[in-house]
Amino acid sequence: MYKIVKREEMAHGTIILNEIEAPQIAKKAKAGQFVILIANEYGERIPLTMADVDKEKGTITIIYMIVGKSTKLFSTLKVGDSYKDVVGPLGQPTHIEKKGTVVCVGGGTGTAVLHPITRAMYQAGNRVIAIVGARNKDYIIMKEQMQKVSHELRICTDDGSEGRHGFVTEELKEILESEDVAEVVAIGPVPMMKFVSKLTKEYSVPTTVSLNPIMIDGTGMCGGCRVTIGGMTKFACVDGPEFDGHQVDFDGLMRRLLAYKAEEEYSEKYSFEQEA
Amino acid sequence: MDYEVEAKYLSKKERRAIPRQHMPEQAPEVRNKDFSEVTLGFGLLEAQYEAARCIQCKDPACVKGCPVGINIPAFLEQIVEGDLNGAINTVWDKTALPAVCGRVCPQEIQCEEVCVVGKKKGREPVGIGNLEMFIADWARDTGVTNEVEIPPATGKRVAVIGSGPAGITVAGDLAKKGHEVTIYEAFHRAGGVLLYGIPEFRLAKNIVDYEIEQLKKLGVKIVCNTVVGRTVDVDELLEEMGYDAVFIGVGAGLPNFLNIPGEDLNGVFSANEYLTRANLMKAFDFPKYDTPIIPGKNVAILGAGNVAMDAARTAVRLGAKKVTIVYRRTREQSPSRKIEIHHAEQEGVQFKFLTSPLEFIGDANGKLVGINCEKMKLGEPDEGGRARPIPTGEHEYIDCDLAIISIGTSANPLLTKTTKNLKLNKWGNIEADRRTGKTTKKGVWAGGDITLGQATVILAMGMGRDAANSIDAYLNGEEW
Repeated sequence: MYKIVKREEMAHGTIILNEIEAPQIAKKAKAGQFVILIANEYGERIPLTMADVDKEKGTITIIYMIVGKSTKLFSTLKVGDSYKDVVGPLGQPTHIEKKGTVVCVGGGTGTAVLHPITRAMYQAGNRVIAIVGARNKDYIIMKEQMQKVSHELRICTDDGSEGRHGFVTEELKEILESEDVAEVVAIGPVPMMKFVSKLTKEYSVPTTVSLNPIMIDGTGMCGGCRVTIGGMTKFACVDGPEFDGHQVDFDGLMRRLLAYKAEEEYSEKYSFEQEA
Repeated sequence: MDYEVEAKYLSKKERRAIPRQHMPEQAPEVRNKDFSEVTLGFGLLEAQYEAARCIQCKDPACVKGCPVGINIPAFLEQIVEGDLNGAINTVWDKTALPAVCGRVCPQEIQCEEVCVVGKKKGREPVGIGNLEMFIADWARDTGVTNEVEIPPATGKRVAVIGSGPAGITVAGDLAKKGHEVTIYEAFHRAGGVLLYGIPEFRLAKNIVDYEIEQLKKLGVKIVCNTVVGRTVDVDELLEEMGYDAVFIGVGAGLPNFLNIPGEDLNGVFSANEYLTRANLMKAFDFPKYDTPIIPGKNVAILGAGNVAMDAARTAVRLGAKKVTIVYRRTREQSPSRKIEIHHAEQEGVQFKFLTSPLEFIGDANGKLVGINCEKMKLGEPDEGGRARPIPTGEHEYIDCDLAIISIGTSANPLLTKTTKNLKLNKWGNIEADRRTGKTTKKGVWAGGDITLGQATVILAMGMGRDAANSIDAYLNGEEW
């Protein structure tokens, strides 16, 4: 059992942070890697990239948005409750090196995953510019933490309630126009990563994205998480989750993410009826 | 069959006249709607009549035909005599998992193929597999367990990676010799392919759980959620965690794809994914269990091995209206067990032979709607001696909303890539000594599919037993 030692709510309770006891995973985890969690005996295996790791305390932190049945179930777990299963660290760690100026772009809960990568880029001696995007100011997460690990933090909101009134791509374009950027790391909703990659391709700036396809085992066994990268089939669980954004077939990924839409809706309805 | 007289009172002549006793099975039209086991098992008298068909050869071919060398005539005669306790112990002497082997071993190409009784015209071999299942189920149902006196703890520690048939065998054997054994399993439940791969209707999962419980009673520790190569690696096990020996039995879990256009469409699965969802994650009981599966109305299975049959029969049970096995060779060339093809046909699975997929076709939403195929014909034999299928140029379109690719698996590089000094063959399988299971890395043994490629449960168990003997000798001071 993997006990929750800390729980926080963000963005009007739509985004949840769990710090979980998992000493074996914490010992090995590196920025960019993910874990798979199961809430209870009936639960499905949910992959989530780690937002933080405390090697001394032996804990890992996940931050997720409540979007479906399983994340709703996760959100009911309180401090002292446990996840039935947590396995990891899975996937390849982010490739971190000193390159010059690195722009880290986060959207939605992607910012949570982006944080440890931003920190690693910062600690490696890069000049780090962070761009964080959200619907409105209430949905901006990890602002202080991102500030601490970047030289510059820029905020974009869809409604202009904080920072730039507009998309992260507009902010990024300004930076790409005005300075030499060695790498862009973009993590967030698939459309955001798609448009960031499209933009950086025009400027020939290497771009890393982190993908979140549907998967079961996380070890290469099921092939459910296959994504098309430069025309080749790759498994996000073992070859990724990070890939060259200029090579990713984002439309294919979006399609595959919707594979179980009907089943998910049915399942949520079923659990709602069970509770009633 | 009239079982009024117990088989042991029959004369030799009468024994020889007994026809092969048919395994009672659920009716196809009943079983194709649920996941409970197809085979129901022999009753005692039935089993005794079947066992009495054995003519007790002096030099029994069946024992040589068994990959682990079970003394088959002995356990059959013990069944006839009613010494069931003796019979199960004879079996346990050579195999740790008789309930599993009785169900999933390909007996028709092993012990039963060489059975002398079956060599006579019009006669069928003794149903050895069915009897192994009978005696193992009897032991489980009556609570008879494999009581062995465990010697005092040796203080030696062994890590077993993977909880499938090879790992279970190694762990059990070494625990019985007084060594401290820990199994590391990547999934959240132990059992490996017995759990995620073989469906409930062929091997009930409570049998697997029971076997795992037996291991725990022997003192074996089972640690789930541990991906060796990620959570911990082999060198750490040996150098930092103080294990004296490591056995690698991680299977060959990487699904092969066809590498044809449209493979990323929704509705195209690997058999591994489809079966893991249905079996391990219990998607057949969705939405009680949270993991969904696309049920499919019109299902095409690509490939014709045992796994393909499992996938096809699972699709039938999940409510598909039509399930078709699409195979580029012929029925005779299918690597599947005959009984599996027979069961699949009984349940309404259709077969399309000499048909090879060229391209998956999707609709505007990226959902599979069909497969473009090419008709094949048989040509010259290939290196393996099987006639090679060659394209005819004639195309055929198959309507389907679900396609399951079942064309085999390869070695997963996750563990082998992170382990130093471990020699692999050109397919990525670990090179291990055929007799001992020793790898090129000191203190590390391997067995099962990670060394063989895709093979059988019983071969994995046989290798596990050999490796356990070699590990025991090494822990007792024998040189590497």
